[in-house]
Amino acid sequence: MLSIKKLKVSINGKPILKGINLEVKAGEVHAIMGPNGSGKSTLAAVLAGRELFEVTSGEVIFEGKNLLELLPEDRARMGIFLGFQYPIEIPGVSMVNFMKTAVNEKRKYQNLPLLSSSDFLKLMREKKELVEIDSQLTNRSVNEGFSGGEKKKNEIFQMAMLEPKLAILDETDSGLDIDALRIVANGVNKLKRPDSATIVITHYQRLLDYIIPDIIHVLYNGQIVKTAGKELAFELEEKGYDWIKKEFAE
Amino acid sequence: MNNETNTSPGKNVLVEDYNNNYKEIFKQTPDFINNIRQTSFKEFDLSGLPSKKDENYKYTNIEAAFLGAYKRQFSKQKLTIDVNEVFKCDVPELDNYLVLVNGWFYEKEKLLTKYNNGAIIGSLIEASKQYPEIVKKYYGKNLTKQKNSLSSLNMAFAQDGLFVYLPKNIIINEPIQLINLIVATEELMVQPYNLIIAEENSSANIVICDHSLNPQSFLLNSTFEVIANKNSKLEIYRQQNAHDHSVQITNTFISQKENSFVNSVNITLNGGTVRNNLYVELNEPHAINKSYALWLADKNQHFDNNVHVHHLSPECESFQLYKGIVDNSSTGIFSGKILVDKKAQKTLAFQSNKNLLLTNDAKVRSKPQLEIYADDVKCSHGSATGQLDEDAMFYLRSRGISKKESCQLLMQAFADEVINKILLEPLRNEINNLVEKRLRGELSRCNRCKVNCGQ
Ligand SMILES: Nc1ncnc2c1ncn2[C@@H]1O[C@H](COP(=O)(O)OP(=O)(O)O)[C@@H](O)[C@H]1O
Ligand SMILES: [Mg+2]
Repeated sequence: MLSIKKLKVSINGKPILKGINLEVKAGEVHAIMGPNGSGKSTLAAVLAGRELFEVTSGEVIFEGKNLLELLPEDRARMGIFLGFQYPIEIPGVSMVNFMKTAVNEKRKYQNLPLLSSSDFLKLMREKKELVEIDSQLTNRSVNEGFSGGEKKKNEIFQMAMLEPKLAILDETDSGLDIDALRIVANGVNKLKRPDSATIVITHYQRLLDYIIPDIIHVLYNGQIVKTAGKELAFELEEKGYDWIKKEFAE
Repeated sequence: MNNETNTSPGKNVLVEDYNNNYKEIFKQTPDFINNIRQTSFKEFDLSGLPSKKDENYKYTNIEAAFLGAYKRQFSKQKLTIDVNEVFKCDVPELDNYLVLVNGWFYEKEKLLTKYNNGAIIGSLIEASKQYPEIVKKYYGKNLTKQKNSLSSLNMAFAQDGLFVYLPKNIIINEPIQLINLIVATEELMVQPYNLIIAEENSSANIVICDHSLNPQSFLLNSTFEVIANKNSKLEIYRQQNAHDHSVQITNTFISQKENSFVNSVNITLNGGTVRNNLYVELNEPHAINKSYALWLADKNQHFDNNVHVHHLSPECESFQLYKGIVDNSSTGIFSGKILVDKKAQKTLAFQSNKNLLLTNDAKVRSKPQLEIYADDVKCSHGSATGQLDEDAMFYLRSRGISKKESCQLLMQAFADEVINKILLEPLRNEINNLVEKRLRGELSRCNRCKVNCGQ
């Protein structure tokens, strides 16, 4: 589904990702872990199409297409979803209008008829229940005045609405209490389909108690320095990242 | 004011025209108004048109705006069109409106109506004849402190205009709507004077829509005098929607007494050169004034919005939010001043100007000012000009929303903050639609109205 080869990315001439290789197949859950500043969010943003970052070499193929030459909106319509580490507040743009536009743009792309207002509201209700998001939140402006936890739940809600093929969740667990964490993880698990895949980016092993990954990667200093099964998470939990830092010090 | 007489070609023509035609002009109105014409004319003759050297007109060349070969009408001229044929406002609940055509009222049955509750609504000229004692008491009385040469000019030549009189304790829920229509077959200068009086405990909503019918250039120089007496409550909404060859100048004077409340929202959708001056005087305690404005400029349009709020009495509140979206090579200007007198203790005053700059060629000037002589006040002002937020753009696009649609959502959100201050729901919905269409670059025509605004 997703194949990243020798991806190098810099910002303002400063290299951040230094040759990433990653293969994700349908049905898989990958976890990317690693200390702060390793480049996890950069990788996620580049996959979603953030133009701020400069891809200096390498390629990314998603569903047979060269992802890097597509606009962010086209990537989204093809099924890529980025759960933001820091979701953006957009005062004045209502959640309803935002989601309705997004859902219908995707349907247009898929040559499906646009949803009527009542069908759309029905879909919203269903998905809200699924991710246990407070009903009031969708009556407000996008993320405006939402608490940290509410913002993260809202990301999962949007994911539920858009039913992506590849969801990339950037530290969706950070700043959540145990209840919120469970809800977010449940949402992710319920939305999993055999033809979809998930990349969870996380700092802590905690989330991986709820979302069981097939493969764990450790990203450090712009490179994937370790790839293993879920047992790697326990090792990291126990020993922290220091041993990785030592082993791969520049 | 300096004593030297200011001259400019635009001014000289006006002076000449007045001297040659004052007899015809005077025939329109009773003596008490004609006396005001005379003093206003002298004021104008002395000060002339504001020049670019005038700090308040630094960025808007009024002298140049007056250079057209404008014709003036000194009395009501025969109309060659049937207004009801060419214009229809079909916004729900806004179907009972008065139409001022080129500064005159033409519909005889609707010229002036006195309602059972005592409210008088219609032609100002007619009111000055039928109810001279009411008109005389207020006409030109509340703008002396801020009267400027453009309002003096207006009051010298004053044509007809909207007259609204709300007697004590009268509350009118249905909006009072005026359509200010320009139907020019030649270059025209139109100068209506409007008077709105709210007596104690009265309340009303007033909706004013400016439209132009054909692309002939014109200059509209209007004056609104608004008197809000004790405990009265007024909502005043204005939509400016004229074509690119128009010059639209408005001076609005709002004078408020104890515990009165005035909320005004001005939406400038289209126009060539627009200059709006709003003067607010809070004369007695607990008066509250809220003023909002939104302007959407593109092409070479030039919109200049000024607000001057004077706190003369303690414990009053004023709030201004002025927002502009400027595209292409257009210019959006804001200048605001809050003046707080020494005795106006416990004043609350907030002023904010925000601009969205869509291109590198568009220009924004913003000058919010506070001048405070009292020591126990809460006042603030601010101005922010920026482009569309990049993080927000990426967030929207990452959900599959196109770049164009994302811009549209963000611009509408920016505009909504002002539009939401229109409390009259059908009007708010209509303005929302118009603003949406305008921002999409579509013709912003109201519903099925045949008027081609913004062309
Ligand atoms: N907008 C930016 N401008 C400059 N440097 C940035 C920017 N975003 C990220 N970086 C740098 O890139 C590196 C990786 O950051 P990031 O991808 O956010 O790491 P992680 O998500 O793993 O914590 C850090 O050194 C960070 O300072
Ligand atoms: Mg990060």
